[in-house]
Amino acid sequence: MLGLGKKDLRFLLIVLLLTLAAPILLNPFAEGSAMAQFNAGYPDLMQRIAIFAIFAVGFNILFGLTGYLSFGHAAFIGIGSYAMVWMLKLLTMNILPGLILATLMGGAFALLIGYVSLRRSGIYFSILTLAFAQMSFNMAYSVLTPITGGENGLGPALGDPRILDAAAANGTIPEVNLFGLSMRATYELDLAGRVFQFNAGYYVCGLLSVLMFYLALRLFRSPFGMMLRAIKCNQHRLNYTGLHSRPYMLSAFVISGMYAGLAGGLMAAMDPLAGADRMQWQASGEVVLMVILGGVGTMLGPVLGAGFIKYCENIFSKINDHVLHDWFSIFPKWLENLLVTVVHPFVGQGWHLTLGVLFMLVVIFLPGGLIEGGQRIGRLIRRKPDAKGKAPATTPAE
Amino acid sequence: MDALILQTLNGLDKGSAYALIALGLTLIFGTLGVVNFAHGTLFMIGAFCAVTLQRLLSLSEVTIDPTKKDFLGNALKVKTPYIEAWFGKDVGAAVVNWSVPLSILLAIPVMLVVGFVMERGLIKHFYKRPHADQILVTFGLAIVLQEVIKYYFGANPIPAPAPTDFAGSIDFGVWLGFPPNDIIYPYWRMVYFLFSLVVIGAVFAFLQFTTFGMVVRAGMADRETVGLLGINIDRRFTIMFGIAAVVAGTAGAMYTPINSPAFTMGMNFLVLSFVVVVVGGMGSLPGAVLSGFLLGILESYASMNWIKDVIPGIDQIIIYVIAIIVLLTRPRGLMGRKGVMED
Repeated sequence: MLGLGKKDLRFLLIVLLLTLAAPILLNPFAEGSAMAQFNAGYPDLMQRIAIFAIFAVGFNILFGLTGYLSFGHAAFIGIGSYAMVWMLKLLTMNILPGLILATLMGGAFALLIGYVSLRRSGIYFSILTLAFAQMSFNMAYSVLTPITGGENGLGPALGDPRILDAAAANGTIPEVNLFGLSMRATYELDLAGRVFQFNAGYYVCGLLSVLMFYLALRLFRSPFGMMLRAIKCNQHRLNYTGLHSRPYMLSAFVISGMYAGLAGGLMAAMDPLAGADRMQWQASGEVVLMVILGGVGTMLGPVLGAGFIKYCENIFSKINDHVLHDWFSIFPKWLENLLVTVVHPFVGQGWHLTLGVLFMLVVIFLPGGLIEGGQRIGRLIRRKPDAKGKAPATTPAE
Repeated sequence: MDALILQTLNGLDKGSAYALIALGLTLIFGTLGVVNFAHGTLFMIGAFCAVTLQRLLSLSEVTIDPTKKDFLGNALKVKTPYIEAWFGKDVGAAVVNWSVPLSILLAIPVMLVVGFVMERGLIKHFYKRPHADQILVTFGLAIVLQEVIKYYFGANPIPAPAPTDFAGSIDFGVWLGFPPNDIIYPYWRMVYFLFSLVVIGAVFAFLQFTTFGMVVRAGMADRETVGLLGINIDRRFTIMFGIAAVVAGTAGAMYTPINSPAFTMGMNFLVLSFVVVVVGGMGSLPGAVLSGFLLGILESYASMNWIKDVIPGIDQIIIYVIAIIVLLTRPRGLMGRKGVMED
């Protein structure tokens, strides 16, 4: 069904169910309990996880399959965001035209940048994409201010034309919606001391990310996907067989650019303000971290990485000394103070330190990311001595 | 004409910083074959060596002077730096004043240690791994080092002034026959430029005229053969890594009066230095220096008003535009060698 094998279909259904049930699953701790701060079931965070999952899955199509490390993918996020906000300003507060335009713009710019950058490979390719992204960032910040809003960012304003919408009656900016369904609309369910929030915006992001995940799955299984893997394996040999590999790489680059454009569009749809800092190279670095942390070249890895980083970013940065003292209060006073001092640099403001350490550990010891870690643990439990040292040809997640 | 000279001078100091970082990057790449994304962080650590020394030198003992009153009517607290108490007022004040140049003395051992630890502890294990892995692990290391510095020194830039003898500006135009106040150039920038020339000259002389340098150059050309001759080439390369770290660190320490050090400065310079290295040609030391100065000066030309009127925003993107043009027309960079990073 849907052009997938039985195993893949089951896998996709599980992903779909998890996405639908996320508001419940991510809210396991009762309101007001000590663990409540670990709940992730609030719309803002879930939206961000879904959006970055789209971004990371798209990036993985380029990096995971062809092995070309782009350090400039954040440019497409920014372009998608600006396209979305302009649609909200000019056409309608309905997000659909904006999302389509954001995807197309991401693809168009990817075509342009990819056409030039893909002439070189290896580190030169990384530097070229980085140069293009930094160029876009600098221009969005300075010369293109009439289009991008410069430092202030770009957002819908009251005086915008919005030619498809009826004139606003009460003098406020209308809400971002999808055919009348407001993105802010949230149905709250109070059950067993937990408040589950079912947010329309999250479901738009979540279902779109499942759709994009499905498309990526198809792409991974297709002959085209095989071709991209062949490029990663040995591009020289591919060239010697008389194949011109650049069109394939360019298509992969454009597809991943479209994913990033869509992610940027969604970002602007959920929070209608687009700023140039989304295009900075740190943002490009972040998606690389996500994909590496989750597992390069696997299906589920980028999603896991995106969820993990965004979750930890939100949760870790909320932990302060007070919370730490609460946790360690079971120990004697001197040990409690010592533990708080040791842990303090890693939480709150220092979340990036944790991320950096974690990232280094993953690159050094676990080049396959969280997915490989999971597999190793799984093998350990099943005690299969034959799998020692030999990576499986396909990962179960694929 | 005077504007052109002024912008050339302005470009020189930034170009010096680019050239010094790019030189270190190329040294590491040429010897160890490792793409070091943490090199900008070494520059930043050097800058914070200057800050640390400044703070150490101005550690003060507080004494209460009952003869004077502060504005609240209490006895005035007088701060005397220990240095002044120990060595007398004049010497002490001079030492505090000269803390930035003196910080080179602190930066050299610190950077050597940092470089050795980094190479032996981490990068050694990445010789055989693909370039992508090297980029990623050093990128992670850069984040970690940057956050550590942020934790101890805070997120705000910390000013570290140059010695007062160099505080003013030189009226450079008068020397060339222009009217006074036409071309004004801060003393410290000139010091920085000369300093970078000395460092670059020292590195080249070291590689060219010493036996050690000769072995290193041989190792860069053919590592295996040098190893077969019974020379421990790995150890020499580690020392070269330390030297590259020292070059970056002292460059950072001396740069503090021009730009107050903040924890982000390393990464900002790194992105540009990588562009510089690639434009110069991976693995080519003269190329790195040349393109460092070239891009610094061109960037400064692009910020002239009449150029900005013709092409708005060119000053923001000139370096990247040049990088793209060079990479597409001369794929190996300006002075790249054949066979370096060709796959």
